[in-house]
This record gives sequence, C-alpha cells and structure tokens, in this order.
Amino acid sequence: MSTTTPTAAEAELAVQAKQAVVKSQGYWAGVWKRLRRDPLTIACALVLLLMFLAIVFAPLLAPHDPYQGSMIRRLRPIGTPNYPLGTDELGRDILTRLLYGGRLSWFIGITPVALAFVIGTVLGVLAGFAGGKVNMAIMRTTDVFYAFPSVLLAVAISGALGAGIVNAILALTLVFIPPIIRVAESVTTGVRNLDFVDAARASGASAFTIVRVHVLGNVLGPIFVYATSLISVCMILASGLSFLGLGTKPPEPEWGLMLNTLRTAIYVQPWVAVLPGACIFVTSICFNLLSDGLRQAMDVKG
Amino acid sequence: MLFYLIRRVLYAIPIALAVGFVCFMLVQIAPGDPINAIVPPDAPGDVVEQVRREYGLDKPLPIQFGLWLMKVVQGDLGRSLASGRSVWSDLSGAIANTLMLAIVASLLGFTLGCLLGGLAGTFRGSFIDRAAVGIAVAGVSVPHYWLGMVLVVLFSVQLNWLPAMGAGPGGSSDWAWNWEHIQHLVLPAVTLAVIPMGIVTRTVRGIIAEIMSQEFVTALRGKGLTRTGIFLHVVKNAAPNALAVMGLQLGYLMGGSILVETVFSWPGTGLLLNNAIFQRDLPVLQGTILVLAMFFVALNLVVDLVQTALDPRIKRA
Repeated sequence: MSTTTPTAAEAELAVQAKQAVVKSQGYWAGVWKRLRRDPLTIACALVLLLMFLAIVFAPLLAPHDPYQGSMIRRLRPIGTPNYPLGTDELGRDILTRLLYGGRLSWFIGITPVALAFVIGTVLGVLAGFAGGKVNMAIMRTTDVFYAFPSVLLAVAISGALGAGIVNAILALTLVFIPPIIRVAESVTTGVRNLDFVDAARASGASAFTIVRVHVLGNVLGPIFVYATSLISVCMILASGLSFLGLGTKPPEPEWGLMLNTLRTAIYVQPWVAVLPGACIFVTSICFNLLSDGLRQAMDVKG
Repeated sequence: MLFYLIRRVLYAIPIALAVGFVCFMLVQIAPGDPINAIVPPDAPGDVVEQVRREYGLDKPLPIQFGLWLMKVVQGDLGRSLASGRSVWSDLSGAIANTLMLAIVASLLGFTLGCLLGGLAGTFRGSFIDRAAVGIAVAGVSVPHYWLGMVLVVLFSVQLNWLPAMGAGPGGSSDWAWNWEHIQHLVLPAVTLAVIPMGIVTRTVRGIIAEIMSQEFVTALRGKGLTRTGIFLHVVKNAAPNALAVMGLQLGYLMGGSILVETVFSWPGTGLLLNNAIFQRDLPVLQGTILVLAMFFVALNLVVDLVQTALDPRIKRA
C-alpha cells in the first residue's frame, strides 16, 4: 500500500533513483530512518519480538506443565487462581499451552515461507535471467499450481500425504513457491534489461558473475519483502491445517490444534475456547503490518 | 479479439490437463499402494489382483493417467470407500451447497469492499480512509475459522439469535429460501465474506485513487462536471478490474471454504473433504479437489474473457 500512486514517468524515475540508492552506502541507513518514523510498524515489530521471546523462554515463563492435566479442574474460566487464562478440556493450563503452542505455530508458519523463498528465488531468477525455453518451462509449470486456490492445494497435498508436521510444511512450501517464482521472475526480467547488465556482459563477465554481483543485489530486496507478506497467510493456513487435524497431532500444543480441541467447549467456556485463535490473529496482523511497513521503508513497488 | 478469444480458450486446455495430472498424482503420493484407494483394506488377495488388472494399475504411470482421464471425462470419478456410493452422487449436492455459500459470501464481501474501498479512495487520507484500511488489513489477517467461532460464541451461545450449525432445521439438507434455512446461512456467509471484503477494499481503493489522479478527471472537473458525473466516469473505469478481482475471489472461496464449513458443519464440499481426509477416502478426496480445481480454471477463463470484453483498453492479441 503506497500512499501515492505514481504515474509511469514518476515510477521510472523512482526505479532509477532506487538503483542509485541501492548501490550507495546509505541505503540501509535510509531504510532505518524511514522505519523509525513509522510508529505502527515499530509497534508491530515490538509485539512480535515480545511474542518471540515469550515462546523461546516458555519453560521459564510457563507456570505449569503443558502436558499435565487433571480431570477435576477441566475448563475453568479466565481468572481462576493459579490458572490466569483458565484450563482446557483436559484440565491443562491454557497460558502454559499458549506459550508452548506458539513454538510450533511460529515454526510451521515461517519455515514454509523461508523454504519457498530460497527455492522460489533460485527458480524465478533462473527463469528471468535465462529467458527462452527455461523461462517457458518454469513459468508454465507455475501456471498449473496457480490454477488451484491456495487453501485447496494445501489441504489436497497434506490430506493425501496424511497428518503430520513434516507433511504440512511440505504442502505449504509447495503452495508458496509459485507466487515467489512469479515475483522473482518479473523483477529479474526488469533488471536483466537494464544498461549496467549489458555493460557487465560487454566487459566479459560470466553469466554467473552477473547474476551474483548485479542481479541478486537488486532483486533480493523486493522478493524478500514479498515473502514477508506471505508469513501472515502461511500462519493462518498452517494453523488451519492443524485445525482440520492435518498438521500437528495431539497432545502437542499448537494454536490451531488447541482451537480444534477446544471447539466443543464453546458452550461451556466460550472465551477460553477462542484464546488460541486470538494469538494467531495478533501474530498474523502484526506480520502483515510489518511487511507493509518494510515495503514502504525499503521503497519497493507493488 | 476473436484471435485472443480462441487462443485463451485453447490455452486453458493444457492447464486443465495439468491440473488433472496433479489430482491424479494425489493418490500416487499418498502413502501405501494406490490400489488401497479403490478396494477396502480387508479385500482378499485374488480380488485385489483382479481389480488391479481391471483398473490398469499394473501398467506404467502415463497409461494409468490416460485410463483415469478417460473415466473422468465420462463423469466417472470412482466410488467412495466409506459409503460405496459413486463419488459424483455425494459431490453434486455438496457443490450446490458450497456454491450457494460462496456466491452469497462473495456478493456480501464485494458490496462492502466496494463501499469501503470507494469511500477510502475518494476521501484519501481522511478518517474514513484510515478506518477502511484498518478494516481491510484485519479482514485479510484474521484466521476466518476462528472468526467463525467468535461469531458463534457471540450470536449463538451468548445472544441465542442464530443457529450455530448445519444448513437447515433438524439437520435437514434440503434447502429452501425461507427464514428457517436462511438463518443458518447468515453466520457462515458473514465469516466467509471477510476475506474478499478486505481484498476488494484494498483493490478498489487503489484503483479509485489511481483513476482520480489521472488527467481526464481534472479535465472533467475543469469542464464543470458535477461530483456525481465525475463519479460515474470513475466507476466506469474502475469496474472491469474490480469485477475481475471479485470473480477470482469467488473461486478462492469455493476452494477455501473448507475451514469455515468445518466450523459450521455446513454440508458442502469442505465438510465432504474433511470427512474424506479422516476416513482416508482417497477417491472422494481426489474427486472433490478435481472438480473444485476445474471450476477455478473455468472461472479464471471466464473472468479473463469478460474483462477483455468489458475493457476496450486491454488489447490482447
């Protein structure tokens, strides 16, 4: 979301200005300067940092054992002494399970995007730089996966492979590779036709050197920003797979799975039952806003 | 134009074939012998071998795909392992239910999104703009299955206004357009409408702002045209893109309603898929995914053609 939509001529100028900026020393200083003036993005980054610390140090912070339940204190309300956020359907402390649950939720929310970023960038840059038949082969294969709605593709693959964390990560990685390929291909094609690439080629640089020195530096930024915008979607999808019983298996704590097992409790303790989903929502919206902020600070179009 | 039309339709054929191949491979990547997707696990050995020969599963993969494709084209999606009925008989009713839910939800999301996006794009930087952007971000960030649960807690558990589950009184699945049935549609449709609302708001806001910054709007204003007159010009320019986004969203909702249908026990393709996954009923899983993906391919084609027809600026050759 850019605040002003530039005309074609302005956009061209902006691209040229960016290329000049990318090579100068002060690019990251400029990004940081713009980020500092953006309180919403900073706030989201802080919330995510706090959440990250909380789930990393879950063993120190959690008041109880995440697996140890008790039949005599099942489904206690929020505010019960010793159990500030209540207990679940097996009498386990909700606060503890939310802290531990964040570990798996974050892991299966971020890993597929990271894997897809690496694989998608390699294939997309290859397609964009090589052009011709290679481009054709990679991009037409991408089109096939675009013919599936993302949720359907994730459910189809992990449904066929069966439940489990590895299968869920595999399915989600496959879902996110095609969109990253498309972005990587389009920015690489844009950079490939610029004069400095021609100059490098004329000076005798090999294709590998041109990609490593001239192309990657200019395309990684936009691809990275795009990938961060996918983390929010991936978190929702990953927890959604667990919610369907396709991701993590009980008794492992994970936000989507907790939401699933607590679903039957909405008539007993409705506000306890919806807590894990609130965690997913907060994480997802913070990643979304952080990605928007990064896009503006790094001056990436689109 | 005619050339583009023919080329675009022809291009959809390899895509449809490749989508079919991916669906065919779903059974191949599933753990265990693909024969388990056709016969129940307790079938005697000689029967298994006979079925394997009949289905051509002893032949190489490309030939198997060809045989499978022939069956699918004739409308034979196989038989459910769990119920023994043909997959299509279970699927047709479920598709009707999902389609109804998806159409209502996308109309709702599209209307709200156009309203919010239009206001935000017109009054850029105002309070309305910031509020609309906030709602749009929340709309695309919310786990909709969770939103469904929250709505159930509010409107079914606490207020007792609307039913939480099913598509009709007493679990009946015969749909009728009366309040007894429509009240079952309200919560799932609202839940599902949130995502297209967010996306349409973002898109329309961008399109409107871009058009408003173009010179012809300044010219119209200079000519002394009223606000309404200018607005009509802007709408005419924005409509093709907005309609294209909306068309694709309908497809995403058809495929993506599985989570919401699970929350509300809505008897559509999502519930069918969910049951198929739990019972490892691979023919049902494969058939449902195939039909939904083909629907999406067809929808993509229609959206492209309609957009080209509506917008003379798109010159595709």
